[in-house]
Amino acid sequence: MTVPHCYHKHRITLIHMTRRCIRALKAVRAEHVAPQVYSTRWSSSTVPRITTHYTVYPRDKDPRWEGMEMERFADEADVVIVGGGPAGLSAAIRLKQLANQHEKELRVCVVEKASQIGAHTLSGACLEPTALNELIPDWKERGAPLNTPVTEDKFAILTEKYRIPVPILPGLPMNNHGNYLVRLGHFVRWLGEQAEELGVELYPGYAAAEVLFHEDGSVKGIATNDVGIGKDGSPKDVFERGMELHAKVTLFGEGCHGHLAKQLYKQFNLRENCEPQTYAIGLKELWVIDEKKWRPGRTEHSVGWPLNRNTYGGSFLYHLNEGEPLVALGFVVGLDYTNPYLSPFREFQRWKHHPSIMSTLEGGNRIAYGARALNEGGFQSIPKLTFPGGMLIGCSPGFMNVPKIKGTHTAMKSGMLAAETAFSKITDENLQSETAGLYIPEYKEALEKSWIWKELYAVRNIRPSFHNYFGLYGGMLYTGIFYWFLRGKEPWTLKHNGLDSAQLKPAKDCAPIEYPKPDGKISFDLLSSVALSGTNHEHDQPPHLTLKDDSVPVAQNLAIYDGPEQRFCPAGVYEYVPLETGDGMRLQINAQNCVHCKTCDIKDPSQNINWVVPEGSGGPAYNGM
Amino acid sequence: CFAPFLCLRPPQIRVKPDRTGVVTDGVKHSMNPFCEIAVEEAVKLKEKKLVKEVVAVSCGPQQVQETIRTALAMGADRGIHVEVSGKDYETLGPLQVSKIFAALAKKEQADLIILGKQAIDDDCNQTGQMTAALLDWPQGTFASEVTLEADKLKVVREIDGGLETIKIKLPAVVTADLRLNTPRYATLPNIMKAKKKKIVNVKPADLGVDVSSRLEVLKVDEPPQRQSGVKVETVHDLVEKLKEAGRI
Repeated sequence: MTVPHCYHKHRITLIHMTRRCIRALKAVRAEHVAPQVYSTRWSSSTVPRITTHYTVYPRDKDPRWEGMEMERFADEADVVIVGGGPAGLSAAIRLKQLANQHEKELRVCVVEKASQIGAHTLSGACLEPTALNELIPDWKERGAPLNTPVTEDKFAILTEKYRIPVPILPGLPMNNHGNYLVRLGHFVRWLGEQAEELGVELYPGYAAAEVLFHEDGSVKGIATNDVGIGKDGSPKDVFERGMELHAKVTLFGEGCHGHLAKQLYKQFNLRENCEPQTYAIGLKELWVIDEKKWRPGRTEHSVGWPLNRNTYGGSFLYHLNEGEPLVALGFVVGLDYTNPYLSPFREFQRWKHHPSIMSTLEGGNRIAYGARALNEGGFQSIPKLTFPGGMLIGCSPGFMNVPKIKGTHTAMKSGMLAAETAFSKITDENLQSETAGLYIPEYKEALEKSWIWKELYAVRNIRPSFHNYFGLYGGMLYTGIFYWFLRGKEPWTLKHNGLDSAQLKPAKDCAPIEYPKPDGKISFDLLSSVALSGTNHEHDQPPHLTLKDDSVPVAQNLAIYDGPEQRFCPAGVYEYVPLETGDGMRLQINAQNCVHCKTCDIKDPSQNINWVVPEGSGGPAYNGM
Repeated sequence: CFAPFLCLRPPQIRVKPDRTGVVTDGVKHSMNPFCEIAVEEAVKLKEKKLVKEVVAVSCGPQQVQETIRTALAMGADRGIHVEVSGKDYETLGPLQVSKIFAALAKKEQADLIILGKQAIDDDCNQTGQMTAALLDWPQGTFASEVTLEADKLKVVREIDGGLETIKIKLPAVVTADLRLNTPRYATLPNIMKAKKKKIVNVKPADLGVDVSSRLEVLKVDEPPQRQSGVKVETVHDLVEKLKEAGRI
């Protein structure tokens, strides 16, 4: 059950198949020749070795790496931005706008792990154009792909058979008047073009794999990923070190739950005064539907079925207006769910069978699939944002307005504010910096004065209000009373429930969920869905889903929680399979299927999985998701 | 040494609603795998000091420049972008491309043309052979090994029966097969350096080539849905089912 490329409906050329088969054959041959490597590092009993990545097994202690040239080529820029998404690109654009305005030379480099800008972007999405209007006021003339203004806004509570409409009164966060339905991947691609026109250096296909530090502890920049490391962790003939990009300040815009941000939180203790971040997983599909059912500009949201009242989540269905009858639809499940038998993917698939949804999809064709984790923590979970040499922007620290389910406008604004404050500091000729990497606390001050802060503060209690006996209904009541009337001015701030990974109940205390079989027309199986994401990774590289301890999955995740990673991963990466010899199971990691959603790193109850970045260009190939 | 290559999209494809082709908008275009091998071989020859200069060539719209940069980052010295866009690009096929390569080879006085044996989007496996014919040059196709011996090229070819070794005189055309080499990665420092290397823009008309196609695509369809099979319990059932289906 490896790479599902052969599940493509479309023709795969014989040569392509041959190439893949040859690769697969080489892999199979290698597996038979080299017997299972057993790791006895942590456990008393032998456990098949799963993790080979150098972040877990350092290369300076590995005899296979003796004598390898580990020098890296280094280059200097003024600002390096990690992540070519809305936040990163907005920051880049703003920096260059200011540089041109003040006639200053500024070298801005953006590194992005996707093979092209926009290929790893996934969102609903309903874009509030406030930040865009500030950044590029003439976006319409410049051809920004905001083609679908919202014309209709519908909200409903679903039961198994019925749909109960809920009126969206003006003033409620879900009101979408003035917003646009967009294919965010295309919007991000357009932002990339604007950035390049201004002279930003964009480097898609190169992932930032390591944060570099000056001797005084401030951030010096980043290093891109090494290439040419084999699946077993040894160097191949084509091994090459990544390159170092040094900067006066580095902006980290990796999106929700970034892997470098995870390290920075520890390094600089950025989370000591905020609540842990809480998350949800969003799964999305694009469908070409029957023209008769198409209502361009219609925005539909639902809560309720198939989730029970204590599991946060809901759906979206947007009718896009881009020339063909295209709808973007998806399902979001809060990752604080408690039942380890819950499968967000299968909830999504069964939601589509609701009569009101099926009527839209019948006769249509699914053309894309993808998934990504998103932030739900809001105001309470914003960490410290600046540290010597760096700043956090966008969904990485997390500025999503959860009840509005919009985070793009705040991500872009945070990028712009970071750019403005960084620019003043960098071009300040009288600056006396204490550290080699610039420390820019003005960024946080600028955020606090901006509309981002007001907006997030106003909605801060809506998500946590869900944690009551009445669950969803308590939450809606709270929103109705306190938000609609008081606009979040109530003097208290509710707390979240703690880490998402700590919420799962043991499997023995929960009932397995009977999901219906996919019918192949409205609902689909996991592997054919993953094939549609276009995800691919260089096969011969260490799995980038690394485990701190290879024995924990079977000993804890499987034993106590019945292996929830088999269900929460939207790409079928994790499988428990029987051991080749003897009794028992082992965890098989199909790293090639990964769509970089980060859910496993978030939801693993043992917090044993550490997602690190694979070789650049690997991952999904989303087109306008 | 010429390393012309093809720039095309990965296998994730969808037929356009008007059935005239596949959707290419927004789909990542990258170098054809066999052409990557061709570029690698050219760069290897240069590193062995057997050729003086490697020129990377590609025909297509603006996006093709990115892929030429990748070839430059792998070690090519300069690039030539033959601009073909819009309707002309949709109907661009092996015959027109070989005419372009032949014209360029004469203009640049190339000694060797290395390209991928076929493109994985159309599987034609024609351009190399047609180019050689137009130039009246010898060809070493499906090469899994290429060795320069004085002014002759020894090419080991992968054929149905096994491996065939031939010797051909230069100038010649070679098409690369899978086992010729393992292409190197285009690392970021090389991509940055490649920005300084030149890419020249040329139009087919400048080379005296007419890119109009003599083929008209009538329609493009998805392959028919695979019908699920039926499992039978016994040989008797199998015979019955085959009789039912009119097969026996």
